[in-house]
Parts: sequence; structure tokens; C-alpha cells
Amino acid sequence: MKKTYDIEVDCANCAAKMEEAVKNTPGVADATISFMTLKLKVVFEDGVDVDAVMAQAIENCKVVEDDCQIFV
Amino acid sequence: MSSKQKKVLIRIIISLVLLVFIVVLDNFVNFNKLILGTLYLVPYFVIGYDVLKKAWKGILKKQVFDENFLMAVATIGAFALGEFTEAAAVMLFYQVGELFQGLAVGKSRKNIAALMDIRPDYANIYQDGQIVKVDPDDVEIGTVIVVNPGEKVPIDGVIVKGNTTLDTRALTGESVPRTASAGEEIISGCINVTGQIEVKTTKEFDESTVSKILDLVENSAMKKAKTENFITKFARYYTPVVCYSALALAIIPPIVSLLVLGDANWGDWIIRALTFLVISCPCALVISIPLSFFGGIGCASSNGILVKGSNYLEALAEAKYMVFDKTGTLTEGVFEVTAIYPASDVSEKKLLELAAYVENGSSHPISLSLQRAYMDKNGQDVDVDRIADIQTVVGRGVNGCLDGHRVCVGNEKYMAELKVSLPRIYDEGTACYVTSDDKYMGCIVISDVVKADAPRALAELKSSGIKKNIMLTGDLKSTAEIVASQLGIDEYHSELLPGDKVDMVESYMTQKLEKEKLVFVGDGINDAPVLSRADIGIAMGAMGSDAAIEAADIVLMDDNPKSIALAMKISRKTLRIVKENIVFAIGIKVGCLILAAFGMANMWLAIFADVGVMIIAVINATRALRIKK
Repeated sequence: MKKTYDIEVDCANCAAKMEEAVKNTPGVADATISFMTLKLKVVFEDGVDVDAVMAQAIENCKVVEDDCQIFV
Repeated sequence: MSSKQKKVLIRIIISLVLLVFIVVLDNFVNFNKLILGTLYLVPYFVIGYDVLKKAWKGILKKQVFDENFLMAVATIGAFALGEFTEAAAVMLFYQVGELFQGLAVGKSRKNIAALMDIRPDYANIYQDGQIVKVDPDDVEIGTVIVVNPGEKVPIDGVIVKGNTTLDTRALTGESVPRTASAGEEIISGCINVTGQIEVKTTKEFDESTVSKILDLVENSAMKKAKTENFITKFARYYTPVVCYSALALAIIPPIVSLLVLGDANWGDWIIRALTFLVISCPCALVISIPLSFFGGIGCASSNGILVKGSNYLEALAEAKYMVFDKTGTLTEGVFEVTAIYPASDVSEKKLLELAAYVENGSSHPISLSLQRAYMDKNGQDVDVDRIADIQTVVGRGVNGCLDGHRVCVGNEKYMAELKVSLPRIYDEGTACYVTSDDKYMGCIVISDVVKADAPRALAELKSSGIKKNIMLTGDLKSTAEIVASQLGIDEYHSELLPGDKVDMVESYMTQKLEKEKLVFVGDGINDAPVLSRADIGIAMGAMGSDAAIEAADIVLMDDNPKSIALAMKISRKTLRIVKENIVFAIGIKVGCLILAAFGMANMWLAIFADVGVMIIAVINATRALRIKK
């Protein structure tokens, strides 16, 4: 399943780090961030609880870049 | 400017004033070092408290190599070494740079968004006899919507009332308005220019052209180019490498010099190391590459060229082989009367009249072209009352009774059956022979015509580095040969079945080098397998064709082959800007790093290498938006 989220982050390198953090979240098959459109696209693995995965993903993002937001 | 940015601006102004005040004061009053340092801490904290906070949080989370950490270490280090002015100023300039970057990116984001501003905000529908504005999402299929002059057509549909002209520039880049009248299909995203029209919707908003295009363009930035991934990867190694180098620079040379010369000179080396840290931020690179591609894609879409991803825009610059489908791509795909050969005692007009009348009832492309030619010549439609008893002879032609004469129009086989002897016709195309009461009246040749811009477009492609233009067609060899020579094409393959086209493209794909890209250009109808097999699939004339938008990597909204040359030009320019930025940013950074290592760069140069380079790279990247035709 795929979902797109709006995000807020200030620098491009931070966006790249967030992308990596979301990718490494269990339950996420793939993730892409476009800094230009400030959008995060997540491909979830089959049968996962999307809300739980996203909560974990946000936590992981906060580790690499404190000043970021994902609008779930 | 967002409220966040305004806050930063205020902090910049306050700390700048404080800083200048302290510098001036320092000249008049002889402070001791401790008091002076404490004074400088005030503007330093005003401007840098958030950076310090973020750096501290980063350390707690074991994320030490981010730019906040670098700035914190560099400036605290400078304070410790008694370089108070430098420390506060470096932090100040770092924040100025960040603010500029934020503004520049925000502005270009807005510029690009404006280029793609085709999203309709509302639809007008009738409710209890009144016209009300509703969300286009809520309009059901089959609803009649009203589009006033100046408004965007929100949903695809058919005009049921009114005539108007439509501005399709946002969709196709074409500046000549198009006329539309009742009964015609109309595509969302066009702007209604002259008259009020009523449109019966045929699709939901989500399925309408405008939604599909917006979706496509917004997602294009998700498909990242190779260069973009390379830079992200590069940044991941670059920052730690520079940090460890800085650490090594702060420790190893002083120890060596302590052992050799007996004097460590710690201060000097630590300043060099701190300078290193300031230079090391990879943001200039990381921001400018996607920004350039985004600009290029934005520029393309404002010219009616939709690119589905940065990767395709990047690959297009390396295109070396262009494979074209003939019909509808290089030729108009509509049949036209190209020659009229009346028998000796018959006028051209008479011949055309006979043919047009008999073919009147049919919607076959050939019949339509005969009727159109008649309309063009006489300025009037056929008079239906003069013709009666039309019969179609399948695979042969038609006959009918015109003013009491039996008129037959058909191919060679039909004429043979009627036992009419024919002159030889050498023209390319389809010959329609006409008889009246079994007497030969003449022949009309109908063929597909080459698009007016096609030969120029192909020549432009060649001059922009395409090695071979190749044409594939299902037509007979004789027809293909004539078209190929009119176009100036390099190679052509004729009499191909749809499946053969895939095989042809595959054989070209195996012959070429890996880095040479093969592009297939089709009209998106029936050639989906070939479009997806090629490195890059381009579909043209895609206005309103869902299949084409799905199958292709690059979609040309109009059907002008010159758009391909323009797409290539945009692709190449974008890539050149990307390369300029990579070379420029890495070059300046490495250069400054070397200067810093040898003690020839101060903090000011370091700040330039960080924020200055970033700003220049961002400005350069936005040039991609303004590539001209």
C-alpha cells in the first residue's frame, strides 16, 4: 500500500536523512521524500498497521532531525 | 516570509546591532578578556541559541554529524580560543545564509507551482434554478456545469450549449486559442476565453485530465535522478570524512610539531580545524540538484511537456536513438486528398462533387476526407436531396444515385468488377476511382500527410546529438519510402505488425551501448508495450488520452514533433546546470578545505564556502525554470 504525506523540514540534507530514517522503519518497504514539493511517499509492507508504522517512522525522523514534521 | 523566518530576521537584526555596538565599544574601552567574551556571548546566544539547542539534542541522540553540531563546535571552539568577534559573526552569517536559502527555495517552489497552476478551485452547477459554486470533487458524472469566460474548465465533458474559444496554453504550451462549440469534447484545465458555455461532465474530477496531470507532475520529483541519488550518498560519507579530518587536523600536526620543533602551536591548528567544520556542510549540493531538476520539469510542463520523473529528464539528455511510430507521430494521421486526376472531359470540381456525394453517408476516414475536400472547395455541404439509394459494397466501395445517374466510387477491385479500364496512377496513398453510369470520370488520391514541422524537428534532433532517427510503420514499403525521404529520416522499417515493433526496438536496444539511450515516440494508442520497452517512452498528442498518459515516461500534450527537440533541449540544459553546480560546489569546498588545512583560509572564507556557495548554487538552479524555446 502507498500513502503520501505532507512534511515540513528546513534543509535538503535533513530531508535526505529523514528519508533514510523512514526507509529503515520496520513495516516500510520503501520511502521517498521530495524536498521540492515537501512530500513523503511511503510504500508499506503488506498487512502492517499503517498508523503504528507511521508513529514509529516519525519517532525515527525526530532522532535524525529534531526540527521536522510529518502530517499524518 | 513565514512567521518562523520573520523571527529569525528579527534575531539577525538584534544580534547584528549588538555585535556592531560591542565592536565599536571595544575600540574605546579597554575591557579585560573575560568581560569582553561575556559581552560577545549576548549576540551569540541571541542568534545561535536554537542551533546550540539542536546540537545538544543531536548529541543526546548520538547524531553528531549534522550542521548544527558543526556550527556549535566551531563557534564554541572559537570562543575558547579568544576569537570572540569571529565566533559571534560566524553564527550570525550562518543564520543569514540559512534564511536566504529558505527564501530562495521557497520562492522557486512558488514559481514552479505557479507554472503548474491549473488546478480549478470550483465548479458552477445549477441547484434549484440557481447557479452555485461547488467543490469539483462533489460533481457527479453527467452533471451540467457552467463555465464563464475567464474561468478554468474544472472537469472533462462535452459542451451542450454555447460557443467559445479556449486557451490551452497551461496544458499544451500552445498560445493560439482553440474554438469549441456545442457537441465537442472539452478538457479540464483549459481556460474559457470568450463565451459562457454549459458542459455535461463525462468524468469525475479525480479522473479528469487536470487531476491526472497535477498528480503526475507532483509525483515527478519522487522519481529521483541518478545524479540526485549520487549526491545524497556522497553527502552521507562526505560530512563524517570532513569531521574526522578536522579532528585529525586539530590533533596530529600539533603533536608532530611538538615532537619535532618542541612547540605544539595548538591554537593555530584548532582554528584551522574549526574552519574545516564550517566548510563541511553539504547542503549546497544536496539542495541544488533536486532544485535544478524540479525547475527543468516545471519549465517543460509550462511548455506542454510532462516529464514523469527527474530520472527521465536526466536520461533524455543521453538519448542517441529516436525511434518513431509513423502514423499520428510524424504524419498527421488523418487522410487528406493529395491529388485529383479527372478524366479528360471532366472538371476537378465535378469529380470531387461526384465522390463527395456518394460518400456522404459514410464515416470511413477516406469518405470523411473526400467530404472535407469538397467542403473546402465549395464552401458548402452536400445537398442531401440530390442523392439517393446509397449502397456500400464491402471491401470495394460505394455507389449511389446522384441526379438520376448511377455513380460508383471505389478501389481497383471494384473497377475491375465494373469492367472499367483505368489509367495508371503512380502516387503514394489510396486511389479512389469514380465512375458515372459506368463511364470512367477520374481518380482521387488520398493519403496521410507529413506534419509540417516534422522535417525541421528531425533535423533539430540530429543537430542536438541524436545518432539515428528511425521510423517504424505498418505501411507498405513504397509508402514508407516516400515518407522517409520527405522527412529525411535515417532508417525505416515498413510492413511491421504491432508485435514486430517491439522486436525492432529490442534489436536496437541490444545493438546500442548501455549509456546511449533509446527513445520511442508514439501516439500512445496501441503502442503501450513499445513505450514501456524503450529506455524512454514519449507519447504525443496526449490531450485527453488516459492510455498515453499511463504508458509513457514523457507526455507531450500537443502533437507537434518539435516538442521533442524542445524536451531534449530542456533536459540538456538542466543537466548542464546540475553538473555546473556539482563541480562548482565541490570545487569551492575542496579548494577552501585545502586552503584551510594550510592555514590560508579564515572563518569568513569558510562561511562563504558554506552559505555563499549554497546561495549561488540555488540561484543557478532556478535558471532551469527559464529555459527558452
